[in-house]
Amino acid sequence: MRHTLSVLVENEPGVLSRVAGLFSGRGFNIESLNVAPTLEQGISLMTIVTDGEEQIIEQIIKQLRKLISVIKVVDMNEIKCVDREMVLLKVNAMEQYRAEVLRIVDIFRCKVVDVSPSELTLEATGDRGKISALIQLLHRFGIKEIARTGSVTMRRSMQVD
Amino acid sequence: MKHKGSQILLESMIKEGVDTIFGFPGGAVLDIYHQIPNYPLRHILTRHEQGAVHAADGYARATGRTGVALVTSGPGATNTVTGIATAYLDSVPLVVFTGQVPTKLIGNDAFQEVDIVGITRPCTKHNYLVKDVRDLAKTIKEAFYVARSGRPGPVLVDLPKDVMADACQFSYPERIAMRSYNPHYEPNLKQVRKASSLLKKAKRPVIFAGGGVIASNAHEELTWMARTLQIPVTTSMMGLGGFPGNDPLWLGMLGMHGTYVANMGINNCDLLISVGVRFDDRVTGKLESFAPEAKLVHIDIDPTSIRKNVSVDVPIVADCRLALQSLRTEVEKLLESEDLSTRYAPWREKLMAWNQAQPLCCPEGGDRIKPQAVVQKLYEITQGEAIVTTEVGQNQMWATQFYRFHQPRTWISSGGLGTMGYGFPAAIGAQIAFPDKLVLDIAGDGSIQMNSQELATAVSYGLPVKIIILNNGYLGMVRQWQELFYDRNYCSTCMHHNPDFVRLAQAYGAEGYRVERMEDLDQVLRQALESKQTTIVDVVVEQEENVYPMVPAGAGLSEMLLV
Repeated sequence: MRHTLSVLVENEPGVLSRVAGLFSGRGFNIESLNVAPTLEQGISLMTIVTDGEEQIIEQIIKQLRKLISVIKVVDMNEIKCVDREMVLLKVNAMEQYRAEVLRIVDIFRCKVVDVSPSELTLEATGDRGKISALIQLLHRFGIKEIARTGSVTMRRSMQVD
Repeated sequence: MKHKGSQILLESMIKEGVDTIFGFPGGAVLDIYHQIPNYPLRHILTRHEQGAVHAADGYARATGRTGVALVTSGPGATNTVTGIATAYLDSVPLVVFTGQVPTKLIGNDAFQEVDIVGITRPCTKHNYLVKDVRDLAKTIKEAFYVARSGRPGPVLVDLPKDVMADACQFSYPERIAMRSYNPHYEPNLKQVRKASSLLKKAKRPVIFAGGGVIASNAHEELTWMARTLQIPVTTSMMGLGGFPGNDPLWLGMLGMHGTYVANMGINNCDLLISVGVRFDDRVTGKLESFAPEAKLVHIDIDPTSIRKNVSVDVPIVADCRLALQSLRTEVEKLLESEDLSTRYAPWREKLMAWNQAQPLCCPEGGDRIKPQAVVQKLYEITQGEAIVTTEVGQNQMWATQFYRFHQPRTWISSGGLGTMGYGFPAAIGAQIAFPDKLVLDIAGDGSIQMNSQELATAVSYGLPVKIIILNNGYLGMVRQWQELFYDRNYCSTCMHHNPDFVRLAQAYGAEGYRVERMEDLDQVLRQALESKQTTIVDVVVEQEENVYPMVPAGAGLSEMLLV
């Protein structure tokens, strides 16, 4: 099962390598990994999406907690959270397709961030499902390039069912 | 007054209580070596950096203190990797200082530059590159704290040459505060009570103790528990000495080369109390058939060890000693209502019957000396009073089977990594720590050659370490596997052209003896053990002797090959 882990780490050289090395050294898989500084000086937040059986996920979490540079690990699957990723897509948009591509842009609340006579570059944010649906819909026009960030996740303020 | 980085390093070590460093100098650490004579520190010059780290490791295991090694950059640093990985797998507190090229050259492929922090990241508990002399004291404080606290382990500190030459005010931190590292020591009382209630229900309990018992000095608590409740005890290889090897409750070691009774005990117990173990594959055999009828209590300070390999009914994340102390309080309450040791009596009788049916015994016959007999003789002469280190392979397994360890920290061997060449430098470290104790390295003819250059170290410091070579002319354990599982294809395991070990010893200024006949064994061993010099005893043993019992890799513990 896919799990999203939110990992607070000391912002120091080599931390990313320690975390990535833990995954590769133990044969765990990383689906996506994001890292950026937080509001607090010297602390960064990593969002790691990984896949595995419950026992594997438990080991991953314990092993992450064991790293000296890791401050906190939260399994976001256990709480209500907001999950977003961003994607940039360069899609074929010759004259005959352009209107339809723009309709999809509108429906998905994407932004056009670059235009040429034959291509549009789109920016979209959303949860994994939305991004996947967008990619699927644009596929038939011919996607020339794609860059996805992977998930960033935040706990919802109200943990209601 | 300002201090140079090299002075801060050495001052900090003194503050940490370090009195002995094992090392090997080089260009990048010359500022440090320049200062060493000004401090009350004993520097032991080994002949190889790997030897330095193993010696520091042996010193740490024998004393319970943190071992310290100091080496130069580049090849000096990479030569430490095997020693660091050995300490990591066996949770040994060690701080390794490596020299590094000046900060402005880092990343430029400078002479003798290597990214040792990157290289050792997967095999250290933590590591540091110090880029500013003002961070040095705090880093050293942290390094020692991390190495010895929680589950102990090796920490590497990389020291650029210019940082050692720079100067700043020296102030050593009194306390350490790391927001990301807070080891958990106290047991959860609810879990301890659950463990106690399982003891109340059990009929066939076994205690399984590992290296964690020794690391946390929990052997007295463990022994109290076993003797009071009359529960039989087995240990992993790392746990030898954690329970007296001459106690009637002692079942012997568990696992691939464990005793019949220990393996059968695990196979048939209904409660397994595991303390400071990590369920290595050499111990469990096939996981599906490990302790199939047992409820499992697992005490360990490292949460990652729990439920990593086997499912656990009662996990207790805590220091083993504190957990056993807490369990003792509960057990004392239980004993007010029932004498549990009587309830467990039929189980003990069953175990005794298994032990009588298949005891560990030295095989007879053949022209040559049996290696088992050599270890048995060593035990007989020393009465278990020696510190025994081993190399890795058959020599190591026979040492576990035929020497009895009565006290913790008297058994020093590379368990997790299985490092050939470990035993001799580790023996040097142990002998440095305890100059008046008898220190034996039980070795094979193959593995002793991996670090035999350290004979020069032992001789130059006047260390009376005894190396007992069980010389079968083979890489014995590998040959055994080839015999049993690879159609006797002894490819590259026959040690053609072994040196003359007696003359090798003499070349270094040590004593050398050779024994070829059983009738000479007792007298030569006694003579060697009484010597005040570094001594090699080259015992020519039966070439194709195997270690039994043996659980083939991947088989269950009950599927032992007995002969």
